[in-house]
Amino acid sequence: MIGRIRASRLLVLASMCSALSLGACSSGGGAGDAPDGNTVSVGVLQSLTGTMAISEITVKNAEMLAIEEINAAGGVLGKTINAVVEDGASDPSTFAQKASKLIENDGVSTVFGGWTSASRKAMLPVFERTKNLLWYPVQFEGNECSPNIMYSGAQPNQQALPALKWAVEQGYKSYFLVGSDYVYPRTANLILKKHIEKGGMTVAGEAYVPLGGTDFSGVIAKIQQAKPAIIINTLNGDSNVAFFKQMQAAGLSPKTLPVMSFSIGEQEAQAMGAGLVEGSYAAWNYFQSLTGEANAKFIAAYKAKFGKDAAITDPMVHGYLDVWAWKAAVEKAKSFEPEAVRKAAATLGSFDTPMGKVSFAANQSLVQKAYIGKLKADGQFEIIADSGSDIAPEPYDALAFPGKSCKI
Amino acid sequence: MDATLFLNQLFNGFSVASLYLLASLGLALSFGLMRVINMAHGEMLMLGGYLAWMTLLVVPGAAGIILAIPVAFVGAAAMGGLIQSTLIRRLSARPLDTLLATWGVSLILQQGARDLFGAVGVEVRAPDWLSGSIALAGVTIPSARIFIIAVAVLVLGSLALLLLRSRIGLLVRAVNQDRMMAAATGIDVKRVDFTIFCLGAGIAGLAGVMLALLGPVTPNVGQSYIIPAFLVVVMGGLGSIVGTTAAAAILGLFSALAQIFVDVSVAQMLLLVFVVLFIQVRPQGVIAVRTRALDV
Repeated sequence: MIGRIRASRLLVLASMCSALSLGACSSGGGAGDAPDGNTVSVGVLQSLTGTMAISEITVKNAEMLAIEEINAAGGVLGKTINAVVEDGASDPSTFAQKASKLIENDGVSTVFGGWTSASRKAMLPVFERTKNLLWYPVQFEGNECSPNIMYSGAQPNQQALPALKWAVEQGYKSYFLVGSDYVYPRTANLILKKHIEKGGMTVAGEAYVPLGGTDFSGVIAKIQQAKPAIIINTLNGDSNVAFFKQMQAAGLSPKTLPVMSFSIGEQEAQAMGAGLVEGSYAAWNYFQSLTGEANAKFIAAYKAKFGKDAAITDPMVHGYLDVWAWKAAVEKAKSFEPEAVRKAAATLGSFDTPMGKVSFAANQSLVQKAYIGKLKADGQFEIIADSGSDIAPEPYDALAFPGKSCKI
Repeated sequence: MDATLFLNQLFNGFSVASLYLLASLGLALSFGLMRVINMAHGEMLMLGGYLAWMTLLVVPGAAGIILAIPVAFVGAAAMGGLIQSTLIRRLSARPLDTLLATWGVSLILQQGARDLFGAVGVEVRAPDWLSGSIALAGVTIPSARIFIIAVAVLVLGSLALLLLRSRIGLLVRAVNQDRMMAAATGIDVKRVDFTIFCLGAGIAGLAGVMLALLGPVTPNVGQSYIIPAFLVVVMGGLGSIVGTTAAAAILGLFSALAQIFVDVSVAQMLLLVFVVLFIQVRPQGVIAVRTRALDV
């Protein structure tokens, strides 16, 4: 009897151990040569291992491609760029450690990297303390405004709200919000709810699943119950596969109940098997299917280096254009000093990128267009709508965060 | 609360319970017999999922998924046998060391799968007869979930038969009642341990095939089921098959019905609170230890 009860304690201990996920302790990529007179070091900090690796390795590739192209064209201010690659290991505290290692040990002038909002929030204090500059390539929830970050990914008014506007124009009146349970989906949905209610429409329901969760039986029962006209999906990563699969099994395919996703790009669609998500919608600032010479050139260069089946996604293009924008800003400022570079970047004016002409606004976010795509069977998106004009970034949504503004 | 949603969640509860049961039977078996906590148990699920995926690459279509069940069972059982004979057998007198060592094995297997199959999940496409759904009293029931419940019932039935009617079952019960006395009467205790561990791992592999019908197979798919599995074993009354079954049903229904009112993440938290309170009140679990009928 006593033995058994002791054993039961042991089991509880075991459950707790496995609940604590072990922070991966991988050693980073090799540090580059110490900067000498002819080189300038920059950091590239993405997750090369762990759950986010699938998405972030390709962003690293795009950033490295830009660095190579710049070096091949003569470098920046006559100096060759020396990229120091570090692995954030899908773990926010590792991101913070590696950021401070890059800045304080390797002496990098700037860092390109980050993906999840958790990784950005973890790195923010490091960049503010060291007065360095982070170029962040992914769409996010806004509600943040730091002089030490260049936010090139979409603010909510450049992805979520244009998507909602499109849905309203299509005549959808009731919305069901499904998301992973962390800061981005919660904040994005908070903003969406305010706008849905203001427009006199209804939020039929809202459901969150832990990041990486795969059981959607309860969520789907709630969706069947609420009978929404459209689902807005902010799930991240593998949860998407389970969600679409179980929706299909319950007789709800994207063709019968439309789904608008904010985290499914070309690469995710390819990995999930496009058949499963065919006909669903996505909102991004870039689709691989965009026309334009700069895009064709970028796709060709990327495929030549990383394989002809490589899918190109929005965050990759943002990572790529960040490096080029940094180069232009350095040349404008005639200095590698982060303070001077960020001021120059915000006044660069528009420059050409694979996603068309964009520019950085005074609040250090990117002025860009939004596109709505419909997923085809081959894993590419057919662009069915766009925002028309460029959208100025608004870090603080006026309805969700009244009275806050971003002045840098 | 609406009746349809309630019925829907009632069914989902049994569906989740059947997954919990398949995931935890192996743990209950090996814990009951050897007092060994196998932290790598979740990776047996993962292995089963990947084996199902590979089977379907070789034999696509409806036959593939049927074939995947024995393949995953045998594959996971073989891996379980390897872990048992090389590691657990040598550490079995030291429970904490076993716990850490099997945790290490769990991490190695996860990273191995990541290197071999990639960090992104692979997808097992269910045959048509499993991807549809049946409408019953306004509730849509996916056929895959009915299939999983049927498999769970079948596994449970065969296991009960094996333990109660077969010679190996007799040996297992003997070792469980008194290890030293069983050894003294000439039973090869180590072989019984080995067999039961393989059997437990095999059932987990089978559970992995079932999971693959519902979601992607990823290197850490086992991690999301190992904690509920531990909870089921703790609550069931360590090592009792009847208790494990009852606990799986209680926890499955609890989490599904809680989801009517709260989000999935809150439901998971409530589940933990529920189990903590339950073992405070009834530390011996659902089934009292003295019941020996099916006590393995």
